[in-house]
Amino acid sequence: MAVDKNMKILIVDDYKTMLRIIRNLLRQLGFVDIEEATDGSAALQMLRTGGPYGLIISDWNMEPMTGLQLLREVRADPKLKGTPFIMVTAESKSENVIAAKEAGVSNYIVKPFNAETLKAKMVSVLGDF
Amino acid sequence: MSDHPDSAQMDPAAGREQLDRTAMARLIDRQKDILEDLRQMASLLDAARSEIASLKPQEIGSNFLPSAADELDAIVEATEQATGQIMDSAEIIEAVVEKQGGEVAEQLTEAVTRIYEACSFQDITGQRITKVVRTLKSVEERVSEMLAALDLLSPDEEAALHAQTAARAGDPDEADLLNGPQLPDQAIRQDDVDALFGGPPREGGGDR
Repeated sequence: MAVDKNMKILIVDDYKTMLRIIRNLLRQLGFVDIEEATDGSAALQMLRTGGPYGLIISDWNMEPMTGLQLLREVRADPKLKGTPFIMVTAESKSENVIAAKEAGVSNYIVKPFNAETLKAKMVSVLGDF
Repeated sequence: MSDHPDSAQMDPAAGREQLDRTAMARLIDRQKDILEDLRQMASLLDAARSEIASLKPQEIGSNFLPSAADELDAIVEATEQATGQIMDSAEIIEAVVEKQGGEVAEQLTEAVTRIYEACSFQDITGQRITKVVRTLKSVEERVSEMLAALDLLSPDEEAALHAQTAARAGDPDEADLLNGPQLPDQAIRQDDVDALFGGPPREGGGDR
């Protein structure tokens, strides 16, 4: 099934620069409906009230709610649990990747990353576009 | 029969009393030695405490470390502003290029993408500096604990130390996983991540 480039994508990061970078890279890939949150709790609120979202791209290390906590909340919520979730983080220890995988992450990108890697992981999660 | 001339006449109770007196005298002598040792140790500790106090170690926590943390915060702020300006310019170039089209436009778009990617340095350096600030705070706490042990803290400083210690308590499992960026030789590579997900190595390459 073709990927709907009009789907809503939520990007979550506490660094405004990173939000802007991911937004621009997504725009270059043809995605136009992009929303932003600066921590997990704000993201969760948006997911529960403003959805549906076709993809969540989230950082890990944020306060007060981390990306891992957001992932667990999403996977525990019957309405949200099927939403693809890509973690984009500088947390680059294997135990981090394993913890995220056990929590149900769809894919994992280690910062710093490039546009090709972002596209490749989106394709692996959403299908080719 | 004993060879000792007095043993035959010595009252057993008197003998025990003599032995007790001797043992007690030795014990008292030993206690005096221990007390003298303790006095000397106390004197040494007092001298060390005075020397440490004369170095004004409170300044480490009250001036030096906060000042270093402020400088590092200023670095993060300055790089964030500079990165914002670079991004502003890159977005203007991209908007202009989109109107042009053609091969040159493609090349310029590619270059703008590389600029966006490069701007992620600000996120990584920001997180690295945050780690350094956290380390400085940890040093500050250790210094405060040492000063508290030497009774060199004011009541306000001691209360602040207790508050910091209480604030450290959190979710240890989650905290253990928050390590920030690793040094290049210690970080897992994207290829290794991909292997954990059972997929082929990333396309394109270039990062990490």
